[in-house]
Amino acid sequence: MTSPAGTLGTVRVRFFARYAELAGCSEGTLTVPLPATVSDVMKHVRSAWPGASALPAQPLAALNQCHVRLDARVSDGDELAFLPPLAGG
Amino acid sequence: MGYLTTAPLALEALLAEVSAPHCGGTCAFLGTVRDGPEDGGVTAIEYSAYDAMAEAELDRIVAETRRQWADARVAVRHRLGMVPAEDASIAIAVATPHRADAFAACRYVIEEVKKRLPVWKRELRADGTATWVDPSGHPSMVGPA
Repeated sequence: MTSPAGTLGTVRVRFFARYAELAGCSEGTLTVPLPATVSDVMKHVRSAWPGASALPAQPLAALNQCHVRLDARVSDGDELAFLPPLAGG
Repeated sequence: MGYLTTAPLALEALLAEVSAPHCGGTCAFLGTVRDGPEDGGVTAIEYSAYDAMAEAELDRIVAETRRQWADARVAVRHRLGMVPAEDASIAIAVATPHRADAFAACRYVIEEVKKRLPVWKRELRADGTATWVDPSGHPSMVGPA
């Protein structure tokens, strides 16, 4: 899905585990200018949730429940999650 | 769906799930909460997840396993919430016609889980401290549980 340039999009942002503690919440919504990458949204996240500024420069991210690189394109209505180092198993 | 549970894991149920007449080799893996000499008195691990993504990721891992080993039957459960030391946090059972594939496919599932599953653990210790586990080697203390 792509979004036309010059528009705004709403992104659901989610934090987990240690990152939820740092951000002070587990989720929220952000309105961001589009087009935007995960990295672009990350900048807005750091200012919207000051605690999130303690997240690493390049955290793991998932877009709509799939692992993505930080240059992945974000669209209106997407769910963007920041994932601490994985420790399953 | 339904790979995640807060209930204790029952390997017998997974073995029954993968059992089939054409499968002559079954490989089972259990990952358990460890309190080794270097672990500092771990009494339990609290597991949390990005539930919807963890279910989807396990679906993808199981599908990949079945693509790679066409006759494989695969069952996986990951436990969430508080898991006491020595209890299993993950159980995997894979049955295939021959044993080599059962070992390889079971190994594939656990290695992909380690790389990809959005699950986190906080080690709880007898002294009341709790630590987020970072397999990349940078644990962060979060104070008394």
